[in-house]
Amino acid sequence: MAVAEETDQVELSSPVEAQQLPQEPWTPTVIAEDLHIVYRVYGGATGRGSATAALNRILRRKPGTGAREVHAVKGVSFTAYRGQAIGLIGTNGSGKSTLLKAIAGLLPAESGKVYTNGQPSLLGVNAALMSDLTGERNVVLGGLAMGMSREEIRERYEGIVDFSGVNEKGDFISLPMRTYSSGMAARLRFSIAAAKDHDVLMIDEALATGDKRFQKRSEARVRELRSQAGTVFLVSHNNKSIRDTCERVLWLEKGELVQDGPTEDVMKEYEKFTGK
Amino acid sequence: MRTKVTDVTETTQKGAVGVTPPPTPDDLLSPAELAAKYGLSVSGARPSLPEYVRQLWARRHFILAFSRAKLTAQYSQAKLGQLWQVATPLLNAFVYFLIFGLLMGARKGVPGGNHMYIPFLVTGVFVFTFTQTSTLNGVRAISGNIGLVRALHFPRASLPISLSIQQLQQLLFSMIVLVCILAGFGQFPTWSWLLIVPILATQMLFNTGMALIMARLGSKTPDLAQLMPFVLRTWLYASGVMFPLKYRLEHLEHPAPSWLIHLLQSNPGAVYMDLMRFALIGPYRHADPLPPHVWSLALGWALVIGIGGFVFFWKAEERYGRG
Repeated sequence: MAVAEETDQVELSSPVEAQQLPQEPWTPTVIAEDLHIVYRVYGGATGRGSATAALNRILRRKPGTGAREVHAVKGVSFTAYRGQAIGLIGTNGSGKSTLLKAIAGLLPAESGKVYTNGQPSLLGVNAALMSDLTGERNVVLGGLAMGMSREEIRERYEGIVDFSGVNEKGDFISLPMRTYSSGMAARLRFSIAAAKDHDVLMIDEALATGDKRFQKRSEARVRELRSQAGTVFLVSHNNKSIRDTCERVLWLEKGELVQDGPTEDVMKEYEKFTGK
Repeated sequence: MRTKVTDVTETTQKGAVGVTPPPTPDDLLSPAELAAKYGLSVSGARPSLPEYVRQLWARRHFILAFSRAKLTAQYSQAKLGQLWQVATPLLNAFVYFLIFGLLMGARKGVPGGNHMYIPFLVTGVFVFTFTQTSTLNGVRAISGNIGLVRALHFPRASLPISLSIQQLQQLLFSMIVLVCILAGFGQFPTWSWLLIVPILATQMLFNTGMALIMARLGSKTPDLAQLMPFVLRTWLYASGVMFPLKYRLEHLEHPAPSWLIHLLQSNPGAVYMDLMRFALIGPYRHADPLPPHVWSLALGWALVIGIGGFVFFWKAEERYGRG
């Protein structure tokens, strides 16, 4: 890393590059400032199923009664820069997915703020398409849902279908998605979601879907998306795919940011922690 | 593996090697100032109302595609497929005809005599179902699509709006059947049929408002999905879908006071339905069963609920992801 930095600096000192220096490198794309996320779970304490408890709740009209607070993210601050691929790691329930949703603006913050450049998009493996519709129509629907225009979709349609490989075993794209195997469906979903160039792209375990060949292809696609000037966040329990894709890692534990640094440094500590 | 990472870093990224920048003047800025400097905005903030309308307009293709997709998916597992679009409202009308028309004598007092009961009933059922289903589906517009809401960014009003467009498409299918039935009872298109356009436009606006209101309420309180069918059925009976409302209330053992009749006739469910009957059925036009100021009522309901519902929905825009 250090060596790479030096060589780059030498190159950058040439007059042409130096002019671009002020605006290009280290442009922040996501700034999280002391971010707290609190879920309110109703009926967690008293049990939703108990009718008397529910009635009691309604009669007393106290919003706080019976609600339990789950403090999922506690004061996380970081700044992400253009062109970075950032891995989010942590044991189950450490707040990784919650943090992603908050960055995407899908979950409101309790306190603190997230600033983003453009609209961060969450590339969830469970992005909602309709299983009763054909793959074909889902490509169009998914594209429109992500905010692509009809022309853009028409241009990229072939690419999406080819990338997903759904048609490798016959004309599956014209069949309803409920007839797909779970792997096939996941591949198509990834392909649709990855068809758009995102300013800030967030992937929640998406790389773990599909067969080996597809995983390779999707990793390559993530790299490509990254090179198109965006910032990528990747949540994964697969240490290998984190190492392969990310150069920076945020390690969350119980909602707190334990470590933020170069992949290998953080991964070493994390592996020590998980006892691997 | 390490080398691989380094490779990627070198080839795809010019400046951003390493994970934190070298010291720059930016370090002195607070996060808010830094965000302002690079034009970052607060994630998930609610846009202003005009901006929200603009965003919705930009998503119009999605809204249409979504409603069409829902419509297709609805009957995709049925053998008869899209035929159910037409068969469902017809069967509904048939059941009401058996129960109310034949068994309970609701045909009495229908303008034009007993034989005009079927056009009266079918028009009523189709038009009222339009409002009823839009309202009912509105409850689940957000809570039933929470996966979509949590995964993607789009103005959330797209969902209830596309649901009411779906119902409009459904109604247009039903209208084809209705035209055939009307023809069977000697009712052929006349100039008054042009009134269908303003009637449907105002009703559509009203329905969309209802769907928006219900969507917000339903996203907070999913229990409404259990409660609403009863509320809507009460509304159905109180609006005179399967009997002439005014005639019935006037011919009770103790006739209802006229203010109550007017009140029930002025409810939006009855207003749009009676206007449609007025437009389509000749004898109905001559009998003059409409309450006073009926067009103002149609427009008023549409504007109040349509615009009010939209603003009400927009107020919670940033919170729908919470579920």
